[in-house]
Amino acid sequence: MKKFSVKTVVAIAVGAALFFVCGRFIAIPSPVPNTSITIQYGVLAFVAVLFGPVAGLLAGFIGHALVDFAAGWGVWWSWVIASGVFGLLMGIATKKIDLEGGEFGKAEIIRFNVSQLVCHIICWGLVAPVLDILIYQEPVEKLFAQGLVSGISNAVTTAIIGTLLCIAYAKAKPKAGSLKKED
Amino acid sequence: MSETLIQFRNFSWKYQSQAEPTLRGLSFDVKKGEKVLICGPSGCGKSTIAHCINGLIPFSYRGDISGSLTVCGKETKDLSIFEMSKMVGTVLQDSDGQFVGLTVAEDIAFALENDCVPQSDLIRTVKETASIVSVSDHLRHAPNELSGGQKQRVSLAGVMVDNVPILLFDEPLANLDPATGKRSIALIDEIQKKTGATVIIIEHRLEDVLCRPVDRVILMSEGTIAANMTPDELLSTDLLPKYGIREPLYLTALKYAGIKITPEMHPDSLEHMVLSDEDIKRVKDWYGAGREEELPAEGEPLLSVKNVSFTYDNGFQALKDVSFEVKKGEMISVVGTNGAGKSTLAKVICGFLRQQQGTIFTHENDGVREECDLSGLSIKEIADHIGYVMQNPNQMISKVMIAEEVALGLTTRKKPEDEITKSVEDTLRICGLYPFRKWPISALSFGQKKRVTIASILSLDPEVIILDEPTAGQDYRHYTEIMEFLRELNDQGVTVLMITHDMHLMLEYCRRAIVVTGGRICADTTPAAVLTDPELVEKASLKETSLYTLALLCGIDDGRAFTEHFISCERQRRGK
Amino acid sequence: MINLFNYIDRPSPIHKLTGATKLICTVLWTFAAMVTYDTRLLILMPVISLLLFRVSKIRFRDVKVMLIATFAFMVLNNLTVFLFSPQHGCTIYGTKHVIIGGNARYALTEEQLFYHFNLILKYLSQIPMILLFITTTDPSEFAASLNKVGVSYKISYAVALTLRYIPDIQREYVDISQAQQARGIEMSKKESLINRLRSASTILIPLIMSSMDRIEVISNAMELRGFGKNKKRTWYVARRFVKWDYIAMAGCALLFLVSIAGIFISGSRFYNPFV
Repeated sequence: MKKFSVKTVVAIAVGAALFFVCGRFIAIPSPVPNTSITIQYGVLAFVAVLFGPVAGLLAGFIGHALVDFAAGWGVWWSWVIASGVFGLLMGIATKKIDLEGGEFGKAEIIRFNVSQLVCHIICWGLVAPVLDILIYQEPVEKLFAQGLVSGISNAVTTAIIGTLLCIAYAKAKPKAGSLKKED
Repeated sequence: MSETLIQFRNFSWKYQSQAEPTLRGLSFDVKKGEKVLICGPSGCGKSTIAHCINGLIPFSYRGDISGSLTVCGKETKDLSIFEMSKMVGTVLQDSDGQFVGLTVAEDIAFALENDCVPQSDLIRTVKETASIVSVSDHLRHAPNELSGGQKQRVSLAGVMVDNVPILLFDEPLANLDPATGKRSIALIDEIQKKTGATVIIIEHRLEDVLCRPVDRVILMSEGTIAANMTPDELLSTDLLPKYGIREPLYLTALKYAGIKITPEMHPDSLEHMVLSDEDIKRVKDWYGAGREEELPAEGEPLLSVKNVSFTYDNGFQALKDVSFEVKKGEMISVVGTNGAGKSTLAKVICGFLRQQQGTIFTHENDGVREECDLSGLSIKEIADHIGYVMQNPNQMISKVMIAEEVALGLTTRKKPEDEITKSVEDTLRICGLYPFRKWPISALSFGQKKRVTIASILSLDPEVIILDEPTAGQDYRHYTEIMEFLRELNDQGVTVLMITHDMHLMLEYCRRAIVVTGGRICADTTPAAVLTDPELVEKASLKETSLYTLALLCGIDDGRAFTEHFISCERQRRGK
Repeated sequence: MINLFNYIDRPSPIHKLTGATKLICTVLWTFAAMVTYDTRLLILMPVISLLLFRVSKIRFRDVKVMLIATFAFMVLNNLTVFLFSPQHGCTIYGTKHVIIGGNARYALTEEQLFYHFNLILKYLSQIPMILLFITTTDPSEFAASLNKVGVSYKISYAVALTLRYIPDIQREYVDISQAQQARGIEMSKKESLINRLRSASTILIPLIMSSMDRIEVISNAMELRGFGKNKKRTWYVARRFVKWDYIAMAGCALLFLVSIAGIFISGSRFYNPFV
């Protein structure tokens, strides 16, 4: 089974650790008082593009579960699952993008951003609230409003951070390999 | 004749992503129980050889093989990486990367766990192996509670549990302080004697490896073998300097004295090197011919650190009443063992951490001589006075193009466009990067990237720049390239403070060394004085320079003056 | 020890349970608390968990910081629920007993209050158990426990590796961000939102690049030591189940069944005192 190589295992772990560090320690003050914008979905999208759906799913799931465990507000399985689903869908949607090969031009940027937008809508507009309704029976209006707010903010951060990460990675990676040695 | 364990026959390898083969037609043998050092400059293919021996090539990296490589009599390309791992144990350069367990015990057990060894055997084997490498007291510790040397010992234990016949060390000295490095080499030696394993060490720091005997040295260059002989033979040739490997300092000194080195003198170690009376006389004559006092730099004070103490949140006091003064135009080394407080000192000066006691101030402010207390300033404001360059340039680079990266600090300070352009261009000229200004950074070599990060700090025109391990992991050529660059900057008036483990660097390039141990400054003098003071060397976990030992051997009492004489000879040669 | 999750090593019967037991128990317990809105059960569960806290010798001050976070989150969540759906209780319980406010949208009803009371109880049922789990489970044992309860060992080890590398990545993040702050990168409110995100990326790019290099080194190191060779692996830290492990698991399973059964028996997830 090629998709579960050792490299994938390590990618899941490092991806989840990055998700955790970004989610827990990097908070950007947002325009709304007392809330901050988290940027981990930009990183997760990048990991999913680079390492595929399985890595995306597990990095999102493990990373988010650990954030919840460490924070003390209880583990919100509905949202943990939604994070995993985002990684999964993002990995599937961007399968055609060959980041390792250094391809991340205009077409890929558009593909990446359309994909992330759709994935965010599915996860925060559908998966998270529906699971919340099933599990917690909280008011529907509140759950969809929550989903809307986090969906928008995650899509914005993914659009900026995720895109910049992919561009930087594609630019840095392969050219070093194909260069001839210089004296 | 003992059996051959590793056999390369006309072996070549080309990475898929590269245009040229990295290894070209290699043929050599390693016999059972041998200890072989493979050295060569960066990019010569020595790490690739390591990948071939442990099976990462061809099982993890893609590319083309031709010729044959057998390990323990089996053709490697017909095996699997798991079969290879039963024959070759690898200790990687990056001990943090190799440490995959949450605690020491788990990491040592890792290979056995993967073999489904029952738990009771795991516990016993871990205990036994841990005691061989003396980490028994740390079994429950996490990696971040260990020193670099201890982590390396754990890595070694982690491959020894498999009872492999071949131990492979990839740059074991790269991340260690001098004394720890010396102990590591000694440990490798003891383990080889105890287990009879075949040992292959890949390292470019020849003198440090040779502090314990080695059977053979293979010198690599451009993917081929430049020499394959005993250390005594190799050291009697001119091959090392020719291929960019630094020969032991004592040999350079002997050569300066006009002595011809022959294998019969056993030049591989000063301990049993044979010097005739005439040789000794020559050394003395050379030493007597000229003597220059090393004078501390004269200049106006630029930065003062007064009675600074710093304690971390967890109660660990990292700096205790530290005071010193940096004069304008100095180039200073800060040395000491890992955890002595060197990095904390740098971070406190840069304002990343704030001292609880004491003051730090510069004597110049925007070109005007007036005192400027740094404690009231933000990190960003301090950066206008003190520039900080991280060890790994990849940790600082965040832009695609060179000019953008160098301009970053100025753009965030919202300087006018034309001013930015001008000072970026000036800085690029100073740093020799002007011709590359339109290049993407990814196209640069490590040394050039380092220049870019230094340039990006210099563009802010700080009074002092602090560099963390400027040459860590670099071979002699890149080391020289980086250090010569820093020296040129220094000549142009930039004041430089370097945190380093590299004793050569300190001797060659600095006139002043600050030695930190246990959070205190225990010496502030010339590098030669530090490295010829056995008590201080011991205390600060440094390593005596072999020049000092050579001086004693030749009956010269003043080892310090001898060392200083050598350094000034070196500087003169370089200057011409 | 890696003490990311506040593991507190004190001898107690709870600490003696294997990690796998505690994992199963916590999952069963939190699922039970999630599913049920039966007020009687929701009152019982916090009481039991407080008793277990006593047994575990974990003191209030050990978990104070987390409890404050919990409390803040609980208040916030209750407020948003009220804000968006002030009559949610009436929808659920089917009656409307107005306390104050008449027919206004935000009129306070007994049903709504009772719903919030249940919501708070749900927190009180879940949180102590999660805190108990993270303070009494040795992180080293966690991966072995996951494997024991049937998660593939590769995924289990990915979790262990995550715990292993979080402190390293965190330290690297701090180092990089300090050096970038010195160059003038700011994420504070002085900048516009877009610029703040751009600033974040100038810190993240070097962090990600070095993390990607790290992936290669770690996976090489693991492969060289035979990871992934067999279908199974053993664990240095694994522990056998003993009597108390079975008792604890049985107890939690029972609780879970009771909460499920309650729904089927009464035909609703809510305990309704209003009819």
